[in-house]
Amino acid sequence: MSQGLVTMSYIAASVLFILSLSGLSNQETARRGNYYGMIGMAIAIFATIMSDSVSSYVVLIIALLIGGAIGAKAAFKVQMTEMPELVAIMHSLVGMAAVLVGYANFIDPTSALTGVEKTIHEVEIYIGILIGAVTFSGSVIAFGKLSGKISGNPLLIPGRHWLNLGLLVASIWLCTQFVAGAETGGGTFSLLIMTVIALAFGVHMVMAIGGADMPVVVSMLNSYSGWAAAATGFMLNNDLLIVTGALVGSSGAILSYIMCRAMNRSFISVIAGGFGTTSGGPAATVEGEVVEISVSETTALLKDSKNIMIIPGYGMAVAQAQHTVNEITKLLNGKGKNVRFGIHPVAGRMPGHMNVLLAEAKVPYDVVFEMDEINDDFPDTDVTIVIGANDIVNPSALDDPNSPIAGMPVLECWKGENTIVLKRSMASGYAGVDNPLFVHEKTQMLFGDANTSLQAVLKELQD
Amino acid sequence: MKIGIPKEVHSGEARVATTPVIVEQLIKLGFSVSVEAGAGKAANFSDKAYKDAGASINKSAEKLWADSDIIFKVRAPEMHPKLKVDEVDLLSKGQNLISFIWPAQNEALMKRLAAKKVTVLGMECVPRISRAQKCDALSSMANIAGYRAVVEAAQHFGRFFTGQITAAGKVPPAKVLVIGAGVAGLAAIGAAKSMGAIVRSFDTRPEVKEQVESMDAEFLMLDFEEDGAGSGGYAKTMSKEFIAAEMELFAEQAKDVDIIITTALIPGRPAPELITKEMVASMKPGSVIVDLAAEQGGNCKLSEAGKVVIKNNVSIIGYTDLPSRMAAQSSQLYGTNLRHLLTELSPEKNGEIDVNMDDEMIRGATVIKEGKITWPPPPPTLSAAPKASAKVEDSSAAEPIKEKKPLLPASVTQFIPLILGGAALYTVGASAPESFMTHFTVFVLACFIGYQVIWNVSASLHTPLMSVTNAISGIIVIGALVQISSPGFMITILSGLAILIASINIAGGFLVTRRMLEMFKK
Repeated sequence: MSQGLVTMSYIAASVLFILSLSGLSNQETARRGNYYGMIGMAIAIFATIMSDSVSSYVVLIIALLIGGAIGAKAAFKVQMTEMPELVAIMHSLVGMAAVLVGYANFIDPTSALTGVEKTIHEVEIYIGILIGAVTFSGSVIAFGKLSGKISGNPLLIPGRHWLNLGLLVASIWLCTQFVAGAETGGGTFSLLIMTVIALAFGVHMVMAIGGADMPVVVSMLNSYSGWAAAATGFMLNNDLLIVTGALVGSSGAILSYIMCRAMNRSFISVIAGGFGTTSGGPAATVEGEVVEISVSETTALLKDSKNIMIIPGYGMAVAQAQHTVNEITKLLNGKGKNVRFGIHPVAGRMPGHMNVLLAEAKVPYDVVFEMDEINDDFPDTDVTIVIGANDIVNPSALDDPNSPIAGMPVLECWKGENTIVLKRSMASGYAGVDNPLFVHEKTQMLFGDANTSLQAVLKELQD
Repeated sequence: MKIGIPKEVHSGEARVATTPVIVEQLIKLGFSVSVEAGAGKAANFSDKAYKDAGASINKSAEKLWADSDIIFKVRAPEMHPKLKVDEVDLLSKGQNLISFIWPAQNEALMKRLAAKKVTVLGMECVPRISRAQKCDALSSMANIAGYRAVVEAAQHFGRFFTGQITAAGKVPPAKVLVIGAGVAGLAAIGAAKSMGAIVRSFDTRPEVKEQVESMDAEFLMLDFEEDGAGSGGYAKTMSKEFIAAEMELFAEQAKDVDIIITTALIPGRPAPELITKEMVASMKPGSVIVDLAAEQGGNCKLSEAGKVVIKNNVSIIGYTDLPSRMAAQSSQLYGTNLRHLLTELSPEKNGEIDVNMDDEMIRGATVIKEGKITWPPPPPTLSAAPKASAKVEDSSAAEPIKEKKPLLPASVTQFIPLILGGAALYTVGASAPESFMTHFTVFVLACFIGYQVIWNVSASLHTPLMSVTNAISGIIVIGALVQISSPGFMITILSGLAILIASINIAGGFLVTRRMLEMFKK
């Protein structure tokens, strides 16, 4: 295949990728968007294999087949509740691939660049490996935290900001060393040291971030994986990689921004790690009596209500209660009740987590609403059921300026007639913040595993 | 333990302390229940219904009192008209009585109960804390009284409540004024509103304005600053000037409204007189006044306790037994209040009770413990810290933290990113070769396209977005593909590995996205 045709294929692939992402703007076009992406990828890979620069096919095809098979198996096996873990581990793979490609390019003797171009190329290799390594180790730690293999609590090393700064300075210094060394054919050592530093930086960065900030971390790593691909594109003078990397990078950056805004936290403070380190003065303590409600009282309340709102949180994912929730929703809808879902942007452990879980349970997406769409409807709501959510329904975010989550927009369920909170026990949320909602006069608590409780409610509703 | 439900002996009292439904729940708590024959008759609960629910029926009142460990009653004990013996004398040492007692008004009764060495819990003494709301029989009864007040008013009012335009002409809606927006007042507002009347309400406590307005009634304001909130959620006595302004308002309203329902009471005091003779005279003929405070002297000068009187063509209703007039409803609510209290008394649910004096709610309700008078209880501690002190804490806590002074003024700092960005672009532009700049152009444009496209992505599709971008970033496979044919064993290994893991991403990402999107169904 001639170079012209390859370039043309790359342009087609770029356009298809853009169409793929824009297809996700709504559910109707999303599936088509995904197919555009697949076609784009197929064209790009095919054109590259057919191009003049590829001559050995054996290893290539074996690797493609093995990788594809592993990926397909993972895609079919993964539980929807484990999506954050899958996404995180896939980010790490992109990072890993970027590092490998960077090293391969570095030791590739066929490069014939000189002067400034050679320097720029070396800097590109350096940056590509750096971003790739940070993405890799950060994603591995994120995967560990999400799957519960590593504690979700932030690990705060004293003087961590200075440590980060030190690592940054060291990386820059190593870059100059590397460029100088590469002029004379060396520099491998500096590159290896930098890789170790970048890996350590990725680990440290994600370790310092608390569980509730995970949506930001996941989308941030998504962004990094894009930048890693873009840097590789610069390194290889490949526009398709640059375009795709930039698309993915900005996508992740926007998601991070949306998540940060949903928590009223600045990006810097999330990255700097730890929760509540910036609040002034102690938060008001929560006092009051928790009122418990039984399953049959819950059922009776639901039967008497017209407008019902369900707010799912991470607890629903943990309890795998989404199918039961759907059964209850169907039953109540059949009785002529208006059941809707209110989703907070940071509910769960990654952007859109709750939507996917509800979709998996076949909850129709036109009754699932975003926080901004539904927050004004709470005064007309008869019952709100909060399933395993805590910080996203915490009134102190609005009325206690000293609360660590002050200013974060929350679902204002306490404005409705009744709120039933499903919770395993009276432990505080990930942010470690007390929740005045639980002692609110309109709130009743239904303690126990969310799925077990809801199963019991479902059974009584059916009787 | 055995719970006994005697028939109420007070003349005209139709309520009963439990209903068949509640009997079932009491039995579930581990108690056995015995009901006097005919106890629920006036409230339309037959002996058979009680029996079917699991209670035993006892024909003899004396035997029932003697056999029970716990007696549930509505009215405080009094002379039994048939047995010619006081109910107090039917009690014996060690028994428990749960009922309305009114210890402040019934000192002699308290002494006689104490002499019997019994334990007595007064339902009206349950403290007004949030936890005890489920046992608050006063609120339950006030709710019914408020509702019934409207029904009684409708009975004596010769017109519709709701406005109508009919073929036979237009009917104006009735105007109702509810004085005192406590539990009874709010219930009256709700009932009158749902019948279609125009409802206005007045209360000395400004914080109830919101509650009144939430029921779609108009809250009448005085142009006068004074907070009428006393302790325990009740109103307090107001200053002379305030009362004068208030009376003026009522006089004005009396000329306008058709129905006045008064619910103004301060516990342990005679009812304040709010509607004078002159105001009654100024009302339109056919108007109705319902005085819920008639038993404590009445909010209306002309009302007579327990009677309906007609003065100046205005019907003044002074019934004092409104809850008893809805006996089925009030028995059910009162019985539920009793059951909740019993649940608190029997935390183990084993059919035994423990009068735990360390529990704030039980301590408050207990007026006599094993013959010792324990009333009045120590003042209740508020469940929520008062607002004022919280504010003080806030300011004191905030004080020691001094605002950090930024190194540079804000007007300068906002330009720093711009300046840095500009400098970086200049450096790149000045030193980078042509080939780099073309790639850079592509890069910047692609970032902007990404920015535009991603903002349109629906929030519910953020997870599919992440997995699809995951798949797309597997495009890094191209980098490895290009390299794999370069000479060198190491390069082949590295590139081969890169191809392998990138293709995991591609296949996994697209397929899992497809799986997810298939699930999104309307």
